[in-house]
Amino acid sequence: MSTIVEKILAKSSGKNSVRAGEFVLSNVDVVFAHDGTALLAIESMQEIGIEKVFDANKVVFFIDHASPSPSPQISNIHSAMRKFAKKHGIRLYDVGSGICHQVLPEEGYVKPGSVIVGADSHTVTHGAFNAFATGVGSTDAAIAMSTGKLWFMVPESVKITVEGQFRDMVMSKDLVLHVLGEVKADGLTYKSVEYHGSCIDGLSVDSRMTIANMAVEMGAKCCPMELNSATEEWLKERVGSFRQVKADKNASYSDELYVDASKLEPLVAAPSNVDNVKSVREVEGVEVDQVFIGSCTNGRIEDIKVAVKILDGHHVKARCIVIPASRRIYYEALHAGYLDKLVKAGCIVGFPTCGPCIGAHMGLLGDGEVAVSTSNRNFIGRMGSSSSKIYLASPATAAASALEGKIVDPRKYGGGV
Amino acid sequence: MKISGKCVKLGDHINTDLIISGKYKYRTQDIRELAKYVFEDLDPKLKDRLYGGSIIVAQKNFGCGSSREQAPRVLKAAGVNAVIAESFARIFFRNAVNVGLPVIISDKDFIRSVKEDETLTVDLSLGKVYALSSGQEASIKPYPDFMLKIIEAGGIAEYFKTFKRFPWENI
Repeated sequence: MSTIVEKILAKSSGKNSVRAGEFVLSNVDVVFAHDGTALLAIESMQEIGIEKVFDANKVVFFIDHASPSPSPQISNIHSAMRKFAKKHGIRLYDVGSGICHQVLPEEGYVKPGSVIVGADSHTVTHGAFNAFATGVGSTDAAIAMSTGKLWFMVPESVKITVEGQFRDMVMSKDLVLHVLGEVKADGLTYKSVEYHGSCIDGLSVDSRMTIANMAVEMGAKCCPMELNSATEEWLKERVGSFRQVKADKNASYSDELYVDASKLEPLVAAPSNVDNVKSVREVEGVEVDQVFIGSCTNGRIEDIKVAVKILDGHHVKARCIVIPASRRIYYEALHAGYLDKLVKAGCIVGFPTCGPCIGAHMGLLGDGEVAVSTSNRNFIGRMGSSSSKIYLASPATAAASALEGKIVDPRKYGGGV
Repeated sequence: MKISGKCVKLGDHINTDLIISGKYKYRTQDIRELAKYVFEDLDPKLKDRLYGGSIIVAQKNFGCGSSREQAPRVLKAAGVNAVIAESFARIFFRNAVNVGLPVIISDKDFIRSVKEDETLTVDLSLGKVYALSSGQEASIKPYPDFMLKIIEAGGIAEYFKTFKRFPWENI
């Protein structure tokens, strides 16, 4: 009778069962923070007066948001993080390692059924590995870091069933944009989202992470997904043995949504709200100054590969910044010859970082500039000037738009993603 | 506990990037310094109206987006005594409670009908919000007991300093 999140939170709070609406005090398996949130977490610990770490193996820091540092002020934040990590013996992934949401699972920190708390809203990404993973602020992170526990309200769950296969040049980003357009930016506030169905079962790990990543743009608290064979294989190499948590057949959902994946087409979230979703056809021809392919949403090998497929042998007309999400992905793309092809096509290939997504560095937009970005937020001023405009899109749409210097439907460059 | 302030009305989906832009978040860690840039991308003049004790009255999904805790801290430093909204994004809501910024869920009709600049008073004990000049009142959504204790203490750090424990140990 329980949903995935009810089962995980019951176990983590030492109860036989819990129901949506209950408050629980849960044990936490992993807590992490990055250079945008860690210093405030350290300061919160000092403010509260409990500067200790409950388990050095379960607390992780990442320097990924403005990395390597673009200013002396940020260098000081990085130094303070390194000092804290050394003092408490916790692991710190330094500049160049990659984005927290990519590195954390790559390094084997994310186990199915576990409770993961990150001082970053996109922590929901780890739901792709069947974890209860949710974003918190710095003070909650500080409390979790020092006590190993955090209170939660058990969320209601919403079931989204996706059947069928994507058509050529349609990607999981288009699916998640479609759902966002349907439920809107606050449609799943406080909810746990469970994706089910034959489409989800057939997806790669990369594609599943994109879907879980954007659950927070609908207000969701978490997005725990049942494992598929691709994800089980991926996990076996990284975490050893594990046991996933499945929803009961008669679990109770507050709402259900059905999507036919075969009917989806390339979509964008037009400026300046994430739920302003339109088909690429509706905005085709809009001139583009900059394209960004990267971020915790779409900076993985599958995303780089589709960009290469579209750009190989051609030359981009818009500035095109490509940033692999982790050192591992960078290395894989380098050795597959993808980066070589992207550089030849006129792209700027960056080191692993969050980059321009959060407007910290590596390509901020000027007044009135238009960007197509594979990231997750198109809010006013997010990537630079408050008069710049951001269209969120899949890597296929982004690459095709870079090629022509205007928004175009990637299906004209099709032939299998 | 009673909180008063002059009403500053905002719309739906006020995200944390609008409250404090990522561009500034990395320039300084000083919250009072950051407060100079509050709502800059939305309306650079808004900060003058927040100063000296205001209550933001917003519509749906206030505080959506990034988990940055600087957002509620900056609002407090800018002179905001409370935020009343139809609904809040969950991370912002938790952050605001933790830093002692009262976040209050109230009635849509009340939120739509209160006037700019009129004085509002929230009575957390009675669970009511009053707009004195227009004579309106509405109920507010009650907090769970442990959350009310954090708000009344002025934030979790203040609570812990006073009681040497967290209020949720028996939930």
